[in-house]
Amino acid sequence: MESTAALPQWRTNLATIGALMARARNELLRVPGAAIPGVLAPTIFFLGLNGVFGALTQLNGFETGTYESFIVPVSMLQGAGFTGAAAGVNLARDIEQGWTDRLLVSPAPRWVLLASNVLAASTRALIPGTFVLLVALLLGASWPGLVGLVVVFFMITAMAAVTACWGSALALRFKSQSAAPLMQAGTMALILTTTAYAPLALLQPWLRSVAEVNPVTDVVDAARQGFVGGVSWAETWPGIVSLLGLLVVLGAWALREMRRTAE
Amino acid sequence: MSRLATNARVVWALGMRSVRQTFRRPQLMAPIVIFPTLLLAIQTGGAGSAVELPGFPPVQSFLQFMLAGAMMQSLMLAGNSGGIALAVDIEMGFTDRLFAAPIPRFAIVLGRLAGTAALGLFAALWFLAIGLIFGAEVEGGVAGALIAIVLVTATAMAVGGIGAAVALRSGSASVVQGLFPLVLVVLFLSSAFFPVDLMIEPAKTIAEYNPLSFIVEGIRDPIISGISATHLLEATLAIAGIVVFGLLLSASALRHRLRVG
Repeated sequence: MESTAALPQWRTNLATIGALMARARNELLRVPGAAIPGVLAPTIFFLGLNGVFGALTQLNGFETGTYESFIVPVSMLQGAGFTGAAAGVNLARDIEQGWTDRLLVSPAPRWVLLASNVLAASTRALIPGTFVLLVALLLGASWPGLVGLVVVFFMITAMAAVTACWGSALALRFKSQSAAPLMQAGTMALILTTTAYAPLALLQPWLRSVAEVNPVTDVVDAARQGFVGGVSWAETWPGIVSLLGLLVVLGAWALREMRRTAE
Repeated sequence: MSRLATNARVVWALGMRSVRQTFRRPQLMAPIVIFPTLLLAIQTGGAGSAVELPGFPPVQSFLQFMLAGAMMQSLMLAGNSGGIALAVDIEMGFTDRLFAAPIPRFAIVLGRLAGTAALGLFAALWFLAIGLIFGAEVEGGVAGALIAIVLVTATAMAVGGIGAAVALRSGSASVVQGLFPLVLVVLFLSSAFFPVDLMIEPAKTIAEYNPLSFIVEGIRDPIISGISATHLLEATLAIAGIVVFGLLLSASALRHRLRVG
C-alpha cells in the first residue's frame, strides 16, 4: 500500500483538497435541509422579480421580450453568491469551534486549505443554479443553447469561487459568524449593482456609473447572452477576465488573512 | 405600585432588552436595516425607469414610490428577527425563568412585541430620513409622515405577533429563521415594490387580495399623494386582522409552551 509520505507534494495537496471537499459534501448530505435556504432564496428572488418587474420589458431599450430570460442569469449568479457567502459562514463556524486551528497546525499549505473551501463552494453552486434554471425554463425563459449553458455555468461556478474568497477573508478577519451579514450584503451589492435589473441605458445615472466600473457587470452580461441572443467570444472574454481579476485579488486577501490567523 | 404599573414596567424592561439585543447583534440588525436599504438603492437605481410605464401612478420619483415597500420589508424582517430572538431565549432557558417569575404570561410576549414595535418605529424613521435626504418629498406633510410612522410601527407589532407565536410553538430559532423565505414571498406577492396593475399574473391577482397590499397602500398614500381616508381605513382594518390572527396564534402557542415546558 502506498503511504502518504511517499507521495509527491502536489499529490498530497490534491488529496488534502479532495478530503476537505468531501467533508463539505458530507455536511450537505447529512443535513440536506441546510441547502434549502440557498436554493430557495434565489428562486424566490427570480419568481418575485419576474412577477413584480416583468412589465419593465415594455420600456424601450430592453433586449428581450421576456423578463424571465433577462433575470434568470442574475438569479443563478445570486445563488452562487449566497453559496459563496455560506462558505464564509461555515468557515467562521469552523474557526469558532476550533476545527480551523487544528487544520492550521497540520502540514497542509495554507492555500490548500483555502482552495478546498473555495472549490467546495464552486461545486455546491451548481445546485441552486440548476434549480433556478429549471424553474425559469418551465416558466418560459429562452433556452440558452449548449454553448450558452456552458458559459452560464462557468460564470456561476467562478462567481461562487469569488464570493467564497470574499466570505473566507471576512471569516478569517472577524473569526465570528456575526460577520455573516457583511458577507451576504457584500455579494448582493457586487451582483446587483450591475445591469441586473435593466440594461445599462435604462439604469439611473448613479447606478449606471457604478455598473460601468463594477467588474461583475461583464460577468452578468456574459452569463445573460445565451438567454437574450447569441453567444459571442466578444461578450464572453470580459466576463472571464473580470472573474480572474476578482479571484486573484480576493484570493490573495483571503490567503493573507489565513496566514495572519496562523501567526 | 398598582398591578397595571408593574406590568407596564415589565413590558418596558423586556422591550428595551429586545431592542438592545437587536442593536448589539449584527445578525439581527442586518435584515432590518442593511438589506432593505441595499435593495431600496438597487431597485430604485435599477428599475427607476418604471415610472415611465403607462399606468404607473403619478409620483415624484421611483424612490418616493419605493419607500413604503422598504419600510414594509424592514418591519416584516423585524418581526421575524423578534421571533428568532424569542426562540433563542426559549432554547437558552431564559423564557423558563420568566415563566417562573411573578409576572403575567402575556407581559412576556408583549415585551417582545414592544421591542419589535420599537424596531418598526426605527425603520419608519430610517427610511423617511433616507427618502428626505435623497430628495423624496412626503406629499401628506408632517401629518402624512406621522400616519406612515404609526402604521409601520403598528404593523411591526402585528407581524411580530405571528413570529412570536411560531417561536413559542416550535421553541426553535432555526424553525423561525425558516420563515425568512416566506416573508420574501409574501412581500413580493403584494404591492410593496410595484403597482398591482402593472404586475404580471398570477402575482397580480394574489397581490390584489394580499392584506399587506392594503397596509402598503396605507403607508404609501400619504407619501406619494396625500392622506386618503379610504386607504387609511383599509390599512387599519388589515393591521387589525393581522393583530387578531397573531393574538389567537400566540395565545394558543403560549398555552402549548406552558404545557410542554
